[in-house]
Amino acid sequence: MNFGANPVATLIVTFGLMSLFAVGGANAAIPEMHRIAVDVRHWMTDKQFADIYAISQLSPGPNVLIVTLIGYSVAGVAGALAATLAMCVPTAALAYYVSRLLTRTSQSRWPAIIQAALVPLSIGLMGASGLILAQATDRSLIAALVTSGAALLAFATRLNPFWMLLAGGILGFAGLI
Amino acid sequence: MSLAGFGGVLVWARRGIVDQHRWMTADQFNETFALCHFLPGPNIVNLAMVFGSRIRGIAGGIAAFAGLLVPPMVIITILAALYARYGEIDALRRILAGVSCAAVGLLIAVVLRMMMPLIKQRDVVGVVVLGAVFIAIGVMRLPLQAVLVVAIPLSIVITIFMRRKSPA
Repeated sequence: MNFGANPVATLIVTFGLMSLFAVGGANAAIPEMHRIAVDVRHWMTDKQFADIYAISQLSPGPNVLIVTLIGYSVAGVAGALAATLAMCVPTAALAYYVSRLLTRTSQSRWPAIIQAALVPLSIGLMGASGLILAQATDRSLIAALVTSGAALLAFATRLNPFWMLLAGGILGFAGLI
Repeated sequence: MSLAGFGGVLVWARRGIVDQHRWMTADQFNETFALCHFLPGPNIVNLAMVFGSRIRGIAGGIAAFAGLLVPPMVIITILAALYARYGEIDALRRILAGVSCAAVGLLIAVVLRMMMPLIKQRDVVGVVVLGAVFIAIGVMRLPLQAVLVVAIPLSIVITIFMRRKSPA
């Protein structure tokens, strides 16, 4: 840890700020997490970031827990706790107040307009997440084929995603990727 | 419920809240979800907070928030410790590499699925906004805040303008 400030404080500031810009959920914030963790702070390598994403997908619970993993790798259990709370508490508080506000002022047409405006934005962000993660993981032709295969299967069928993750793991274990 | 949510909690959340316990009607659930979707931050965590507080006030909100986050956090912290300890082992590295390839594929599939309604509605503006954000963040690697400060107001203005022009 070669930055001067307390790493836990850095985590709290980083993710607390990021959460308020995470339009469209945790997957939309992945490019920003990657930029900060890999390019700006050098907390981890590209490859480690991809590993962490894989772990966060493998374990149960909300996708946002990728920040728990980043926090842990920076500052252990305290970092994990700090990063997760910083990412979740401010927006949960915001959601609580906005929902109370909306139930009082009855139906307004603003939510619909804002939502229509934000949906393409958040899809664009998630697409960027896919691109950045693909660049970090797909270092070989076979790896790229596994990614496209999983994308096609998940897009065209209702197969449980778990089986695709498992197949990827088996292929990796066999040394094909 | 948090632990059942494999690869995303939303489906389970809906089943538990609407179908099993009848805490909310389907409409109430959709409305709450839409609200949490345009707010920033992790949608499902926001949903838990809003849902809990509608049922039992602020204490309910905090209970739902903690119930959703704490168990998986414990598990993932254990996984993180294992990764920190054994992450360099060759076999594990290979397995994780394979899993992450598939996981990226799944993410791409979600993006494609979410794009379909825009394409079906021939929403040119939406597709242009989507593409611009994708290039700015994914290819040019610009900071998120800078992109959103420009993109959010622009997108809202265009949306209002388009709705006035063609009340659909």
